[in-house]
Formats: sequence, structure tokens, C-alpha cells
Amino acid sequence: MAEQDTSRDFTSNIGRIYLVYTGGFAAFVLFLAALEQFGVSNQVIGYLFVFFTLAIYAGIGILSRTMQVGEYYVAGRRVPAVYNGMATASDWMSGASFVGMAGTLYVLGYDGLAFVIGWTGGYVLVAVLVAPYLRKFGAYTIPDFLGARYGGHMARTIGILILFCCSFTYVTAQIYATGIIASRFLGMSFELAVFVGLLGILVCSMLGGMRAVTWTQVAQYIVLIVAYLVPVILLAQMTTGVPVPQVMYGEILQEITALETSLVEKGLARASEITPHLQPYSSYDMLNFFALVLCLMVGTASLPHILMRYFTTPSVKDARRSVGWSLLFIFFLYFTAPAYAAFAKLEIYQNVIGAPLEELPKWIYTYGQIGLVKICGIEATTLEAVRAACLAKGDTTGILSFSDFSINRDVIVIATPEIAGLPYVVAGLVAAGGLAAALSTADGLLLAIANALSHDIYYRMVDPKASTKRRLIIARIMLVGVAGLAAWVASTKPSDILSMVAWAFSLAAAGFFPALVLGIWWKRASAAGAIAGMVSGFGLTLFYLIATQYGGMTPWLGIQNISAGIFGMPLGFAVTWAVSLMTAPPSPKTEAMIEAIRVPKGGTYMDK
Amino acid sequence: MNAGEKAAAKKAAGHHADYWPRTRRLMLITIAIWAVLGFGIHFFVTVFNDIVILGFPLGFYLAAQGALIGFVVLIFWFSRKQEELDSRYGMAEDE
Repeated sequence: MAEQDTSRDFTSNIGRIYLVYTGGFAAFVLFLAALEQFGVSNQVIGYLFVFFTLAIYAGIGILSRTMQVGEYYVAGRRVPAVYNGMATASDWMSGASFVGMAGTLYVLGYDGLAFVIGWTGGYVLVAVLVAPYLRKFGAYTIPDFLGARYGGHMARTIGILILFCCSFTYVTAQIYATGIIASRFLGMSFELAVFVGLLGILVCSMLGGMRAVTWTQVAQYIVLIVAYLVPVILLAQMTTGVPVPQVMYGEILQEITALETSLVEKGLARASEITPHLQPYSSYDMLNFFALVLCLMVGTASLPHILMRYFTTPSVKDARRSVGWSLLFIFFLYFTAPAYAAFAKLEIYQNVIGAPLEELPKWIYTYGQIGLVKICGIEATTLEAVRAACLAKGDTTGILSFSDFSINRDVIVIATPEIAGLPYVVAGLVAAGGLAAALSTADGLLLAIANALSHDIYYRMVDPKASTKRRLIIARIMLVGVAGLAAWVASTKPSDILSMVAWAFSLAAAGFFPALVLGIWWKRASAAGAIAGMVSGFGLTLFYLIATQYGGMTPWLGIQNISAGIFGMPLGFAVTWAVSLMTAPPSPKTEAMIEAIRVPKGGTYMDK
Repeated sequence: MNAGEKAAAKKAAGHHADYWPRTRRLMLITIAIWAVLGFGIHFFVTVFNDIVILGFPLGFYLAAQGALIGFVVLIFWFSRKQEELDSRYGMAEDE
């Protein structure tokens, strides 16, 4: 009871609590800025940033500990729509979104916007087709819903397998990202940094499950959005005189287009080397562009760690609204990313390409030293090394040409503070933001996996009579086990696994979407139909991914494998439909369940 | 039975029967708008790009910001419409 009361207290004061938190964070950043002025070293500032934010998350995680099943799995279903929106936004935006998105747009120009459209538009599908109905149903996990709707362990087990395939590679990549960020800014070894990240993840999730993850994700959203916006706002102020990068980069786009032509005219680049920033379909063809948009959108509406966030709202109505809030909070980052790309591209086309080697900006060497910027084929560590490498290539002009320069896409966001000549504290802020983004996504994913193991496998299939205490202990053991395994895999720097993350969307889209949507919107969908649909849709997608990536298979219609779901998804729908019509219709009990979840009135179905 | 009573009786009987078709229609409308924002307008990117506002070619702008704003507004609009349906047919949750 006492636990109930304190959490009521918390819910009614929540606005004030997060306002104080935000103010405290701002004061902390200013304090570090002052320390820097007094000559405190960058290393110390980096450490303070990382440890202060981790301590806050850990504090929230410990305060939110719980021994109640409903609190552990769905945060007691008391998370207001707006806060669930913030939590979902940080659950959604991964380390890769935070660090890599702007870089992708830098490289691909217009075609990169397929990611921007795809990773936002899916929320419409979440709001309209799936989330409110799953909330009314009241499951703890996605496989739990599949098990109830398609009667039995078969659908549940397939659900768990698909979930594991989508989420495990994803969480490994998040832990890898925390390791990269922590090692880069704290100077510790990558392997050690991975386990520091692991601890950061576990303190947030282990004691309080969904409840703790929810409230740390809200805190992490605030850190990550501030960290993302501040550097580019300052950069826009310096470059254009107006601190609204999202509006001001229009002018910059025009300058970039002009520079693209003049670089070629000056003989610094060949026309074939430059991807015109504004021109559609210069990297992807039209078919691939739209296939990618569709797969990312449908994948969004199928990924378990996102869908389960909407299990935590107080009502069906709040679940719907909460999707709107989620997208609004995500929007703030995604509509800024193209501005980052534009400002960075202007800097590089204006001050780097065509500059004499002696006059390259200092940040080139800062990032060259950690292997992220290459000039004339070598890492740009010092002027002497670069000069020698360019001479060896037969380039005697001493002027940097387009083809001699290459930059890792992650640098775009990380280097912005230095490009703008901002103090180190801003770079530290960006590191804290990237860490928040990676940790919050890792938490959500780990919970999705561990809950499927503890709730669906242990409680539903192995020991349905288990006591509350036992269930929660098992849930925590699973969490630690999965987290440890993911950290171990991440520490081996598996390049294959990291490139597979983008596959999660196609796998989820083809595996889950038809079964979820038809399960809600088509009463006739039968267990056999759904099982056949999931197996065939997911199977075809997995086959296409592996065959094109490792088997050397020629892509069908030229579709790149990141959009593999474009084949599996329609197959999943078609097979579910055809097999459902060929097999017996669902039982009257299942029909009654579908009737019940279609109306908001009457309380969660599972609780009855 | 006068016209008002008839309508009331029909409403009472038709409560649930009408609710789902209307919900489904709202779903189809929302999905149609989603398809236009996510795909439809971007087919014409090269046409739109001839219009330039504040330096942004319109086709680029629609993909970088316009569609996103549309999605956010669409979800809140949909939520409101569905809430209206819920309360009109007596299907809303008890507060």
C-alpha cells in the first residue's frame, strides 16, 4: 500500500519534479562551463558529465524499485500520455539516430530523407491500427497478445522467436554505442566502457522494470534533446545570425548547391564524385526510396519495445494521444537532423575542400587522430603525415581535393561543437546526449526481450502457478542474463551484427504486422492462418536478407536488403488470409475477445 | 411513435452496430491521408522542387519537415475524432 501512495504522490507532482530536474541539469552544464573557464581539463569535464547523468538515472532506477507484477511489467498503467510520449521518444531514438542520422543525410542528401519520413510516419499506423487495441487487451508483452488471440503456445513461441531476432541485434548495437561514446570521451578501453554502459543499463531497469525504465527514459529524453539542439542552434547563430537552424538551413542548402558546381569548375572534384544534396534519387532509385520508407514505417508499428510502451497508459484514450506526443517529441530531433547535415556540408565544402593542407581547420586533426577523418588515404593525424601521403599519391598542389577527403558519418554530430569553435563543455553535453539515447533504447529493448522470456516462457508456459515473488525474481535473472550476453557480444566488436540492426525493421514488419493488424481488424483470422503468415513472412524476409548479404543472390527488382520486408510483408498478409479461410474460424470465445478489445469501454480484457 | 422517439430507439438499438463501421471508416480515412503524406506527395518531388521558399526547394522541404508536421497533426486529429465517436456511441471509458 505504501508503495501505491508514494507513486500517487509522484504522479501528481510529476511536472514539478521534471521541471526541477531540467533546471538542475541546466545549472550543472553552466557549472561545468564555469569550471572549464577556470582551467579544469577536458578529461575531468567529460567524466563529470558521464558520471553525473548516470548517477541521476541510477537514482531514479533505485527509487522506482518495485515488488508488484503490474508495476514491473507495465508501470502500474499510470503513466500520463505526455510523459509516456517522452519515454517512447527516447526509447525510439537510439544511439544511431542521435549520432548517425545527420551523417546519413550528409552522405545521401535528399535520399537520406527516406529515413526521416520512414522513422516518423510509422507512428500513424501505431495510433490507428495497433496501440489502442493492445492497450485495451492489457497484455504484458506482444507474444502474450499473440498467444491469447491465436490460442496457444505455438503462436506465442513464434512471437518470442521473432521478437528475439529483431531485438537482440538491436540491443547489442546500443551497448556497442555506449561503449564507443564512453571510450571516446572518457579515454577508457572499449571493453571496459561496454561494461560501464551495461551497469548503467542494469541500474535503470533491474529493480523497477518498466516503472523504472519509464521514468529514467523521460529524464534521458530531456538530456538527449537538449544535447542535440544546443550545438546546432549555436552554430546557426554564428553562421546566419538567427538561432533557428531548422529554418535557416534553407539558405545553406542554396550555398551548398552553388558550391557543388563551383568545386567542379575549379577542378577540385569530378562531377561524378559529388552527390547533389538536393537532387532526388541520386543514391537510391525511386523504387528503393519508397520501399525503404514503407518498411521503416511498418517496422515502427511492429517493434515490440515500442508497442509495449503504450501498455503503460491509464486508458485507451491516453494510449492514442500518447502516440501523438511521442511523435511530437521525436519530431524535434528528426526535423533538426537535416540542418546538422547542411551546416556540416557547408563547412566542409567551404573550408576543407580546396584549402591548402597547411590551413585545414583544427577539428580535422582532432578526429583524424581517432581514425574518423582520412586524407589521401591515411588517418589525418598530423599535417606532416597528411602532406607526405598526398605527395606519395602524386598530388603536388598541396590543395585538398574532393576525392582525397573522407569522413566517418558519425563525426557530423560529434564534431559540430568544435566546428563552431564552442567550448569543450558543449562536446561533453553531446556525449551525455548520445549516451542517454543509447542507454534509453537499450533499456527498452532489454525489457522487451527479458519480459518475453520471464512472462511468456516461464510464467505462461513453464510454471503458470508461480508466485509473484518468484516471477519477479525470474524476470530479473533473465534481464541480467540477456544484458550480460548482449554486452559480451558487443565487446567482441561484431561488425556483422551491427550491420544487421537495420534489418530489425524489415523482420518485425514481415513477422508481426500482418498477425497484429489482422488479429484486431479481421475476426476471421485463425490461429493456423496467423502462424502460417508469421512463419512465411518472417522466413522469406530472413531468407532474402541472408541470401543477398552472404549468398551473393541477385536482389529481386534491385531492392536492397534493408527493405527486404517489402516482399515478406505482402506474403505474410496473403498467407494469413488464405490459410485462415481454409481453416476453421476462431472460437466464439476468441470472437468475444475481439469484440471486447474493439471498444474502449469496460476495462482491460486480461484483468477479467 | 413520433420521429424523435423513433430516432432515439434506433440510436439505442444501433449503438454498437454503428460504432465499429464508423471506427473503421475513420481508420481508412486516416490511413489514406497517411499514404498521401508518406508517399503521394513525394512522388512529385521534382515538380515541387521548382518552387523555392526561404532557400528550401518545396519537394525537399516536404520530405524533411512538411510530412512530419502532417503526421503529428494527423495523429492528434485522429485521436480527437475517435474520442468523439467513443462518446457519441457510449463507448468511452469511465473516467
